[in-house]
Amino acid sequence: MTAATAPTEAAPAAEPYLTVNNIEVIYDHVILVLKGVSLDVPKGRIVALLGANGAGKTTTLKAISNLLRAERGDVTKGSVEFRGRRVDQLSPNELVRRGVIQVMEGRHCFAHLTLEENLLTGAYTRSISRGELKQSLEKVYHYFPRLKTRRGSQAGYTSGGEQQMCVIGRALMARPEMILLDEPSMGLAPQIVEEIFEIVKGLNGQENVSFLLAEQNTMMALRYADFGYILENGRVVMEGDAEGLRTNEDVKEFYLGISSAGRKSFKDIKHYRRRKRWLS
Amino acid sequence: MQFFLEVLIGGLLSGVMYALVALGFVLIYKASGVFNFAQGAMVYLAALSVVGCMEKGAPLWLAILLAFVIMTLFGIATEKFVLRKLVNQPPIALFMATIGLAFFIEGLAPMLFGSEPRALDLGIVDEPIPAILDAWGIVISKFDLVAAGVAALLVTTLALFFQYTRIGRALRAVADDHQAALSIGIPLQHIWAIVWGIAGFVALVAGLMWGARNGVQFALTFTALKALPVLIIGGFTSVPGAIVGGLIIGASEKLAEIYLPPVMQSLFGGNFGGIEGWFPYVLALFFLLIRPEGLFGEKHIDRV
Ligand SMILES: Nc1ncnc2c1ncn2[C@@H]1O[C@H](COP(=O)(O)OP(=O)(O)OP(=O)(O)O)[C@@H](O)[C@H]1O
Ligand SMILES: [Mg+2]
Repeated sequence: MTAATAPTEAAPAAEPYLTVNNIEVIYDHVILVLKGVSLDVPKGRIVALLGANGAGKTTTLKAISNLLRAERGDVTKGSVEFRGRRVDQLSPNELVRRGVIQVMEGRHCFAHLTLEENLLTGAYTRSISRGELKQSLEKVYHYFPRLKTRRGSQAGYTSGGEQQMCVIGRALMARPEMILLDEPSMGLAPQIVEEIFEIVKGLNGQENVSFLLAEQNTMMALRYADFGYILENGRVVMEGDAEGLRTNEDVKEFYLGISSAGRKSFKDIKHYRRRKRWLS
Repeated sequence: MQFFLEVLIGGLLSGVMYALVALGFVLIYKASGVFNFAQGAMVYLAALSVVGCMEKGAPLWLAILLAFVIMTLFGIATEKFVLRKLVNQPPIALFMATIGLAFFIEGLAPMLFGSEPRALDLGIVDEPIPAILDAWGIVISKFDLVAAGVAALLVTTLALFFQYTRIGRALRAVADDHQAALSIGIPLQHIWAIVWGIAGFVALVAGLMWGARNGVQFALTFTALKALPVLIIGGFTSVPGAIVGGLIIGASEKLAEIYLPPVMQSLFGGNFGGIEGWFPYVLALFFLLIRPEGLFGEKHIDRV
């Protein structure tokens, strides 16, 4: 598959891949959380979705993966397209079959299942033979050798890093094209975070999996991402390629706390003009 | 000694019957966190379906097959029309829905198949096995032994199914974490429908055994109450727990009935008949105090 697409890859990825168009999300019919978020993830890229607590990162990912409904959230405006087709009405099951899967924040392993059983459940949507299943498993173990050594342990009793690897590995078992990865760094030691980001980079490069990565750990995420969006209060307040964002004075100031006169919000930063899309 | 063994074995075998009912509870509780109050009513419905179909002229095997279809459809319908509407509601709401379901079945089943008590003949006689009687002088009922065999087969099949199949793993995954299961594309509704289907099947097996032994009558719905102490002792989430709990209740209530009254009488005086009726509940209470999650109940893993 990679061989066939290789010649066109040199050209810039102009065709739309994952497109989020001006979506609005309301929880419990009254709580307006996303107020028109638009973003693009080109094929084969890692895009970071950044922002402070409560900015709406998780909500954005769940709006894409359609896990919102299970939390009484609704996309009330806008649309989500994957490879040119609308996906906002699909069930999570159908979406996973199309190649988009979410890894939720907080390391939701199946606690009473072993690590290996956790991985096997990830292949639920694929009807494959035992041999293929085994092959997929070996592939995941190739990226996460630690999971292999602890394959028989109950997931609930493994370390935080192993659990994070477990949930990413489990998502890989579904053979996704695109992973919506929510805060993989949460509560983990820096070197484990580094290890996990390296694996993400590897999956992106070798397996051609695209990532939309929600993170509070801005600088770390921008080191691995190609492009970034910054969310605040349910709006995109800034976007740009990762390199640019990383060296941007405002980002530095905001996230590294080198503050000058009382700026609290990106909205106050004059030279950023929000790009809006009015189609929905 | 022979008498003791006879009581013990008889008790263990009757415990298997309790375990059969408890099993249905465990399955549903494990997969969806719902305490299905209607399990006893489902046993009644299953037994009545078999008898009803036979009265309309079906041979036994066909009646069982038809009852299986009825129970499966019933399970799926319950998921679709009752529980699906209640997703995200607190467990107490679901529990009350199953109470409603129990009343619904208890009204519906007699309407379909008639309410008068009837015998169910499976062709297995309830009499001592001559070989064992000759060799050891112990009375063991053939029927009880068959029931135990059926239960063992059922439990082994279920255990293998849960442990090694794709659907079985998905069932356990859903039981552990709905949200995560949804996120990897496991359709919760299918899984719940399957669980209710299986619970219906287990109710059918229990209905056949209990119906054949005690007759098919309304009292079958009370078997659910007998299952409660079994669940408390074995744990609400464990299939082996349901079996072991059933055995413990069965054996201990029979032994208590024989051996306890003389002791009690010498201690307190008075008459201590009918111990069998309340002993399981006292035992369950005792277990609640020393081991509330049950012998095999899953400990809550807090680390996650
Ligand atoms: N189920 C819900 N019902 C009501 N409000 C919710 C719900 N989930 C999230 N919210 C609200 O929506 C807002 C955005 O939450 P969200 O979880 O998307 O933020 P986030 O950027 O992922 O934050 P964090 O970095 O803490 O994970 C918050 O103000 C939160 O309180
Ligand atoms: Mg979040």
